[in-house]
Amino acid sequence: MDNISRAPPLTLPHYLFIFATVYLLWLLLVGELSRQELILGGLVSLVVTLVSAPHLLIFGGVKLRIDAPLHLLRYLGYFFVALIRANLDMARRILSPSLPINPRMVEVETGLRSTLGRLMLANSITLTPGTLSVDVKDNHILVHWVDVSPGVDLEAATREIAAGFERHLSGFLR
Amino acid sequence: MRLLADLFLLIGAAFALLGALGLLRMPDTYNRIQAGTKAVTLGALSFILGIGLLYPGWWAKLLVIAGFILFTNPVGSSSIARAIHLAGTQPWQRASSDPLALKAPQEDKSA
Repeated sequence: MDNISRAPPLTLPHYLFIFATVYLLWLLLVGELSRQELILGGLVSLVVTLVSAPHLLIFGGVKLRIDAPLHLLRYLGYFFVALIRANLDMARRILSPSLPINPRMVEVETGLRSTLGRLMLANSITLTPGTLSVDVKDNHILVHWVDVSPGVDLEAATREIAAGFERHLSGFLR
Repeated sequence: MRLLADLFLLIGAAFALLGALGLLRMPDTYNRIQAGTKAVTLGALSFILGIGLLYPGWWAKLLVIAGFILFTNPVGSSSIARAIHLAGTQPWQRASSDPLALKAPQEDKSA
């Protein structure tokens, strides 16, 4: 696993980002925009941010750039397409009487350096057709494949999947 | 609107059923996780979408739930997969030309 000590210290923009995230979560849970809730939510979010930020070094992996939300949206679109394809693929395998599976383990290297980036990449791989992230060792992710057709270059296929997600993830994560 | 909501609820139920079927049919833990995670994640999202259409006032809370499901489901699955990997369970291999190969030898170890 990643060692926490390597994580960069949080800067002021990251504090603001954590505050915004907590505030947004509060507003979504409250579900109304009255002045009372806005003020109370702001106070609670401020306290929560100050108390918990030292434990939230994982947020240091977020790139706070102006075009980050755009990359996030693009990533979400790419991800949902992959998720639906994964489910149709899995439904086909489960329902076919011959159970067409041929599992294998493969390692893939990632260029994402932050803990959060690797977490998101591993999560994405888990929800892509036919793959499951099993372990993360430094910058290698161990991937379990449900079906390896003979003659396929598995390493290249895995790299391709990881690269597809990394292209979008690297827009808003380190 | 009602019809669309029902459709999404039905799709969610169908994927939950597929996930359960996958747990029964797959030969080892890795593959069960594969079948379970994907089907249940999309099934739950479909449920949430259906409920959101039925009760539009709940969208904010449903969005939070969907976010947490998307974030935690794969993490939980990977944790289980990592645990059995560290415990030394090898992925199941189809023994060719053996019609009874579906009864995997590692079944007991991984269960």
